[in-house]
Amino acid sequence: MRLSEKHWTLLILIVLVALTPFFFPSSYYFRVGSLIFINGIAVTGIVILTGYAGQISLGHAGFAGIGAYTCALAPVHLGIHPALAVVLGAAISGALAWLVGRPILRLKGYYLAVASLGLGILVSMLLTNEAWLTRGPDGIDVPDPGLRDLFRAMGLGFSATEAWYVFNGFMLIVGAWLALNLYDSPTGRALRALHGSEIAARTVGVDVAGAKLTALVISAVYASVSGSLLALQNKFITPDVSGYMHSIEIVTMAVLGGAGSVLGAIFGAGILTMLPQVLTVFAEYEQILLGLVMMLVMIFMREGLLPSVLRLVRGRGE
Amino acid sequence: MLNVEGLRSRYGRIEVLHGIDLHVDSGEIVTVVGANGAGKTTLLRCLSGIQPVSGGSITFRGEILTEVPAFRRLKRGLAQSPEGRQIFTSLTVEENLRLGAFLYSDERVDRDMEDAFQMFPILREKRNLAAGGLSGGQQQMLAIARALMGRPSCLLLDEPSMGLAPILVQQIFDVVKGLKALSVTVLLVEQNAFGALKIADRGYVMETGQITMEGAAAELIADPRVREAYLGI
Repeated sequence: MRLSEKHWTLLILIVLVALTPFFFPSSYYFRVGSLIFINGIAVTGIVILTGYAGQISLGHAGFAGIGAYTCALAPVHLGIHPALAVVLGAAISGALAWLVGRPILRLKGYYLAVASLGLGILVSMLLTNEAWLTRGPDGIDVPDPGLRDLFRAMGLGFSATEAWYVFNGFMLIVGAWLALNLYDSPTGRALRALHGSEIAARTVGVDVAGAKLTALVISAVYASVSGSLLALQNKFITPDVSGYMHSIEIVTMAVLGGAGSVLGAIFGAGILTMLPQVLTVFAEYEQILLGLVMMLVMIFMREGLLPSVLRLVRGRGE
Repeated sequence: MLNVEGLRSRYGRIEVLHGIDLHVDSGEIVTVVGANGAGKTTLLRCLSGIQPVSGGSITFRGEILTEVPAFRRLKRGLAQSPEGRQIFTSLTVEENLRLGAFLYSDERVDRDMEDAFQMFPILREKRNLAAGGLSGGQQQMLAIARALMGRPSCLLLDEPSMGLAPILVQQIFDVVKGLKALSVTVLLVEQNAFGALKIADRGYVMETGQITMEGAAAELIADPRVREAYLGI
């Protein structure tokens, strides 16, 4: 059962990433698609943290900010390749998540949500205010990692937008594959177990605090990579990437689509990335409509859009 | 095997266990009976490490457990099937059992699961279904099977008969009695004093956080005070 769900998810993702470009009328669509993939990566991390382990973070944009600014700063100041900066950013984000999570995750309840909110705001303030390093709120240039040249060496003559579409799509599929493998691993089972009952998880020998910490660190790495890719693709980044609104957006995407399933959450990322583009015709009512959509989904489809729709399609058998 | 001396525990400022002494020897089934609110569940929670201890000591197989965190106690051989069953409702039956063997990754896990299915054939039928869909009795069987997957030498059982139909209660007690053949030592906490004492070797009677009587199970059943207070005879 689970095995087929895992393979279905990957198959659907691969088909979508590979085939939709044939219907793209302009390069603008490649850009939107690529943004969906970038958000999808961050949201997959939230599936592990919130969907599997039941922990809530309101500060994951902070990790995205660390990933993004490491790509902007490390190549210039440390002289490393931008691709290596992605790894460095992920390591810093993971280490920070570990440091912050260790004392907090021993406690039960909403401490992580509050602490992560504070952490996100702190990172955002640092990136905005330490202008001597980050150039402040106006943003900073990010070096080109040479992705097009890489594809050209492979004999693929992509434009810059197409190259990022392909690469980010690949990264999303890898990220989804890892998350799906985690689901069925002993660690994944432990996370889902403590989501259900922390006491019972402890009685079967699960180190509850340790397992939650693992989920937090993994999801921080996902958010960091997502921020790095955004910075590299845009060749420019502002502190907004680490802002509180972005944190809320990531969580909303996951919950809207269905935080319990990888495909659902990525679906949510797709909807919430595309919706503002579609709703621009409604001009100033855009935000209101967005809020309305979210409220309706939460009232009528509490598991999230995709799981609820699937249930309807399959009939009322389940 | 398990020695408890002067165990005290409190919820905030209110002490609920006022110095409990008990011991369980290897291969025994020992039961702690008493009314609702006597502190039986708190006692078990202390033994499994979920409830903090404010005084006294717990020794298990010669090692002081008092400071050992809950999730490490199973590795030392002490398993608990917690009150209210606490199965993982959104996970499948098989996943529940695999979580019981969370500490192990060898081939014995599959054999143990086969044994569990032998013991409770209904679990085999439902192995791929969400555990939340099982009936109360089946969930209790799953909780016991899951605890056994952790390869315990001593199993702490908290009210396994709670909320079950009378016919299932007898079935669960038979299962507990059968654990002896698997050389698992059992500490059974029960409100159903009669059913528990019938399958136990020894028993303790607990009242408001203290042990008030102890002895061979057969003697306790025959004791007029126990009969009047707990057996309703």
